[in-house]
Amino acid sequence: MITIENVNKVYETKTSRVVGVDDVSLEIKKGEIYGIVGYSGAGKSTLLRCMNILERPTSGKIFIDEVDLLSLSNKELRKARQSIGMIFQGFFLTSSKTVFDNVAFALKAAGVPKSERKDRVLELLDLVGLGDKANQYPAKLSGGQKQRVSIARALANNPKVLLCDEATSALDPSTTKSILALLKKINKEFGITIVIITHEMEVVKEICDKCAVMQDGQVIEQGSSYEIFANPTKPLTKQFIQTVLNFELPEQLLESCQGTLVQLQFRGSIAGDPVVSDVLQKFPVQGNILHGKVEYIKDTPLGIFIMELLGDQQDVNNAIDYLQQRLKQVEVIQHA
Amino acid sequence: MLDRVIEILPELNVAFIETLIMVGIGLLVAIILGLPVGILLYVTDRGLFLENQFVKGVLGVIVNLIRSIPFIILLVFLFPFTEFLLDKTTGPFAASVSLSVAAIPFYARIVESSAREIDKGVIEAAIAVGASPWMIIKDIILPETKPGLISGLTITAISLIGYSAMAGTIGGGGIGDLAIRYGYYRYDNTVMFTTVIVLIVLVQFIQYLGDFIAKAVNKR
Ligand SMILES: Nc1ncnc2c1ncn2[C@@H]1O[C@H](COP(=O)(O)OP(=O)(O)O)[C@@H](O)[C@H]1O
Ligand SMILES: [Mg+2]
Repeated sequence: MITIENVNKVYETKTSRVVGVDDVSLEIKKGEIYGIVGYSGAGKSTLLRCMNILERPTSGKIFIDEVDLLSLSNKELRKARQSIGMIFQGFFLTSSKTVFDNVAFALKAAGVPKSERKDRVLELLDLVGLGDKANQYPAKLSGGQKQRVSIARALANNPKVLLCDEATSALDPSTTKSILALLKKINKEFGITIVIITHEMEVVKEICDKCAVMQDGQVIEQGSSYEIFANPTKPLTKQFIQTVLNFELPEQLLESCQGTLVQLQFRGSIAGDPVVSDVLQKFPVQGNILHGKVEYIKDTPLGIFIMELLGDQQDVNNAIDYLQQRLKQVEVIQHA
Repeated sequence: MLDRVIEILPELNVAFIETLIMVGIGLLVAIILGLPVGILLYVTDRGLFLENQFVKGVLGVIVNLIRSIPFIILLVFLFPFTEFLLDKTTGPFAASVSLSVAAIPFYARIVESSAREIDKGVIEAAIAVGASPWMIIKDIILPETKPGLISGLTITAISLIGYSAMAGTIGGGGIGDLAIRYGYYRYDNTVMFTTVIVLIVLVQFIQYLGDFIAKAVNKR
């Protein structure tokens, strides 16, 4: 649905040269929710803005639904943009227009006759749960409500793609959840491909099928969100994962530990697979769970447990080998 | 003293209406020409959707040029132009010509700077839904700057009242003319004070009205 080929964006002034996006290639499939994470200044917004040519890449190609966006005339580009919705961290509603007129403007821009706008706007406002706010001005709305209006505006012309630039970063956690739920619903019901930029791994965890990690304008790691969470390879990715799968054991506990500490990762459903009891039966070791957590990465569970193994060193090593075979992801975090 | 005021009333009336004509025409031209010039200055600026260094540059220089000429000099300088347009250089209509010329760049700059206050994101959001430049101007920029446009008109009107007094001194008519003729040449303080009071009331009224409307249309 979205193909990005070797896109570069360089900001050049007389005195400076800033590389916003550095040779990025991505393939985002139809119906996917794709996350792009990275710290501030990593180039996420610039990349996203290239996807509807709010920013013209210095080089490279952008295809949406097989259309080469950079080959379009201004007029064709305006038409193409009607099938690419966009929402922003700052909402950017027109403060002088009512909620109704903010949404209607998108239809007007697409040349929808006035008589057909009303029903469509009301339908959209119902969809985002603001059916009763049509005549309010944006100043009267909460942040979450403003973002809902901007989602309605972005969906007005039945886009194939929805670009979200830090859409939840200005919102509190519970509002963030509700907006993410709305995006999920939109993705499911209409099959709209969604690209989400964020610096919060929580967002990826919640709704992204796939994600890419950006640093200094480059995509340094990409893959299914589950793989990224379960098996991050780059230090930055690990840092991001840490924000969700935070396993800080108290210093005191680590010191008082007698045995070997291992971190076990369980993928998918853990219910039918009694690995822990198996290992304790097979080897003369004692196991002691110190910490555990199951996170759902877009509805698929990922369990992480920290266990202390006590016993003869050889037996412990054998037990660890056995665990390794069964689970793949076993990490010794402290030796006895 | 009251007798004197009543005596001068018919003349004051005429002068008042002349001032209104001058200021009114100036404002009208400011809206018809100054507004588009201001919008053009804004949308052709760097990073905006009709970015055009040439148009912006040329327009900017012309605007600055007119703005840098003191009004009393502009008035005299434009006599030939006024004569060419109206075949005369006296009376409120003749004075309106130079008032209008001064009002255009004055208002244009106010329009430009109030448009600059719009969050660029709001404009980008409009570009992102595929709106055309004209639609963005008409449906986003103008409504978003409405309060600024109205307070700008207030400021322009008040400045034009000041300018019209200057125009009055060299044959434009209006309240300024009245004040000079009686107050300055004939030392008639009663008339002098009366004109001052009329002007104060007029300016206060315009300011109040402008603020009121600007506030009423502000939805922020
Ligand atoms: N219009 C611009 N002019 C100059 N530099 C820019 C511009 N936009 C972005 N940049 C630079 O490009 C880099 C990436 O910015 P951005 O895409 O906004 O990062 P992110 O969204 O990940 O925080 C930053 O170093 C930023 O300073
Ligand atoms: Mg950003």
